[in-house]
Amino acid sequence: MNAVIHETDHHHDHKPTGYKRWLYSTNHKDIGTMYLVFALVMLFIGGAMAMLIRAELYMPGLQIVNPDLYNNLVTDHALIMIFGMVMPAAAGMANWMIPMMIGAPDMALPRMNNMSFWLLPAAAILLLSSLLVQFIPGTGVPVNTGWTIYPPLSVQVGMGMDLLIFSVHLLGISSIMASINIVTTILNMRAPGMTMMKMPLFVWSWFFTGLLLIIVMPVLAGGVTMLLFDRHFGTSFFDAAGGGDPILFQHLFWFFGHPEVYVLLLPSIGVLGLVIPTFSRKPLFGYKPLVYFMGFLFALGLVVWAHHQYTVGMSLAVTTYFMIGTILISIPIGLMIFNFIFTMWRGSITFETPMLFAIAIILMFSFAGVTGVMLAVVPADLQYHDTYFVVAHFHYALIPGAVFGLYAGVFYWLPKWTGHMYDEKLGKIFFWWTTLSFNLTFFPQHFSGLAGMPRRIVDYNIQYIEFNQVSSIGAFAFGLSHLLFLYIIIQTVRGGKEAGAKPWEGAQIGTPGLEWSLPSPPPFHSYTTPPEVK
Amino acid sequence: MSTNTTAEQDYFIPEPSRWPAVGVAGLFFTVLGFALWMNGVGFGPYSTMIGGAILIYLLFGWFGDVIDESLTNKYNSGVDRSFRQGMFWFITSEVFFFITFFACLYYFRNISLPSLGGEGHLATSNILWEGFKYSWPVVNLPDVTNYTQIIEPMGPGGIPAYNTIILLTSGVTLTWAHWGLKKESQSQLVIGLAMTVALGLFFIALQAYEYFHAYTELGLTLNSGIYGSTFYMLTGFHGFHVTLGTVMLIVILIRSAKGHFSEENHFAFEGVAWYWHFVDVVWLGLYVFVYWL
Repeated sequence: MNAVIHETDHHHDHKPTGYKRWLYSTNHKDIGTMYLVFALVMLFIGGAMAMLIRAELYMPGLQIVNPDLYNNLVTDHALIMIFGMVMPAAAGMANWMIPMMIGAPDMALPRMNNMSFWLLPAAAILLLSSLLVQFIPGTGVPVNTGWTIYPPLSVQVGMGMDLLIFSVHLLGISSIMASINIVTTILNMRAPGMTMMKMPLFVWSWFFTGLLLIIVMPVLAGGVTMLLFDRHFGTSFFDAAGGGDPILFQHLFWFFGHPEVYVLLLPSIGVLGLVIPTFSRKPLFGYKPLVYFMGFLFALGLVVWAHHQYTVGMSLAVTTYFMIGTILISIPIGLMIFNFIFTMWRGSITFETPMLFAIAIILMFSFAGVTGVMLAVVPADLQYHDTYFVVAHFHYALIPGAVFGLYAGVFYWLPKWTGHMYDEKLGKIFFWWTTLSFNLTFFPQHFSGLAGMPRRIVDYNIQYIEFNQVSSIGAFAFGLSHLLFLYIIIQTVRGGKEAGAKPWEGAQIGTPGLEWSLPSPPPFHSYTTPPEVK
Repeated sequence: MSTNTTAEQDYFIPEPSRWPAVGVAGLFFTVLGFALWMNGVGFGPYSTMIGGAILIYLLFGWFGDVIDESLTNKYNSGVDRSFRQGMFWFITSEVFFFITFFACLYYFRNISLPSLGGEGHLATSNILWEGFKYSWPVVNLPDVTNYTQIIEPMGPGGIPAYNTIILLTSGVTLTWAHWGLKKESQSQLVIGLAMTVALGLFFIALQAYEYFHAYTELGLTLNSGIYGSTFYMLTGFHGFHVTLGTVMLIVILIRSAKGHFSEENHFAFEGVAWYWHFVDVVWLGLYVFVYWL
């Protein structure tokens, strides 16, 4: 441990020990680690739910779970993967890397940082009890609504919904606190000379992510609160008999839900903005435009939500507006993808695991972009709505777009976090295993969807059986590959080749690279005095 | 950089603290209790009470620590900026929370209810409730089976008008107190804050009386259809925020009386003042869109 012994009497140079180090932590690296471990645990819980869903769908008819439990699993799989896995993993990376990248001693508000993490396990307990409470008699119908919890169904189901609503409240508080912290850190804690336009793209991506969460999370909180009042206090927000409107909830939900997609996506784009220059050994092509595109995406993402509800009967003018707005989104996204491709152009590319994931993202996320434009077109969407085509589309958007970005980040930064290199061979096996099995799982769902197979239904017509069996086999392989992921992580944490301060030859190209000037693993307190950026 | 003093240069990183974990426990038991309570589980109210007690303990503990740190000059200008920016973003998120409810009101009044009343090509009223006529406030509901009818809607005169004057005046007294702080006049600061607190309490009392009046005489309840729902959701969350703001003002009043603030170092005062002005502005929106128009 080479932590520098320093300064005033209120600072201890040693790490706190025992459970207090973690439960009471005010250290961005420890909190980042907890976020990442939490995300990993949730990945396996949410993944187990996905395995159950795919096992049930291996054959038509009812085999393993009853329809209500099936729909509850679908609900919780989504919520756990979004709120429990992708967001915490991205927040963990933000916690670890942003202060090191911008030369800050820690996050701006370290105690609040701790609270935003520890709210997550509390929310997870509530969320899992909303799943388990159905096994207690007298608690009503399980949460069979899907993660969108649309009324009137969500007003009618049992006690699980209340637990879920309060879980969403805690998750919202956690996200807002984390976002306030990250945005404040970025605006206020940069080292001298670290101007906004020198910040690594990952920092920029989290800046916009934080702003999005500050804006949209309160809207979701308001929506689910109204739902709660409709359920228990006799209000009629979502009941037309009392003058309300169930469609309003869809507007509120998707005003949150659509920007949420960018919340999941942007941090991965930030990771790409570091991984691709590193392994192409070339500065990022068009850094400033990339920042502007992300800003454009942020703004546009806030005003296109209703493309999730084309079928509810909005007027022609409204659907047309949302259709055009949605198609416009392909412009900044497409430009970002071209920027990444031009970064690779004529670079000295090597294909380490993070780079393999980065290239896979560019390919497969573009594919999701193409199906996204198909879904954005109103007359076409009326056919695709609520079919497996949509399921295939958003899994292509979220697994390559968000999850693979996190994998790239994990492999890219594991040497920095642990001080050890991971096993490159195993990393590559993991890459090919996940990528192939992912495509095996979700590619056939485009076809079953176009053929008309509906989402969120436990049973299906016998004509879809081949597609579903291929999908299920792919899903089991995809699920299994994560055991290798876990093994690689544990192996790297426990030992391996020394990583050195800068494990990647091209790591510093085009960014100030403060994080690579620290040893691996970095000392408990990164900077005692702020480093200066030339 | 080395010429700077240590205190000014070092950003204060707090020691490991138990308060965040205490806060999580408090929130967890509070909301778990609500969920159980609403479903008639006996443990619910106790869980909420335990959670609430933990939260009160938390507020004393955490803010106590922060006040100690502030008084012992551990915060440099960087920490001060972080607090200000943090408060700014917190109020931003609160603004969007209220925008949600205002947007819902707009949606009901201009989109969904006119449509239910037969306007536009998407009208559903002829299929669902023939003859439903839309007018705001909605006194005659499409289907009254599960709801109660309003006897009389809430008007803009009387209590709401007094409340508007009270809140606007409280904004003035608070600013006057701030001027006192800036010219280091302890008495002006304390008197201004005390007047603000008194006006805040007066507002809450009037609002409580108004709710009582609405429930007992106007038949305006949470259960009286969309007008009652939006009325109580908007004014209720606002009233909750005013209550929080008043508690914050009382804390600041006590701290001012103890002489905690100086001309340069008074973020806590400003944070609370921003918050108070924010609830003030929300009230103006409420007065116009809920009571008046």
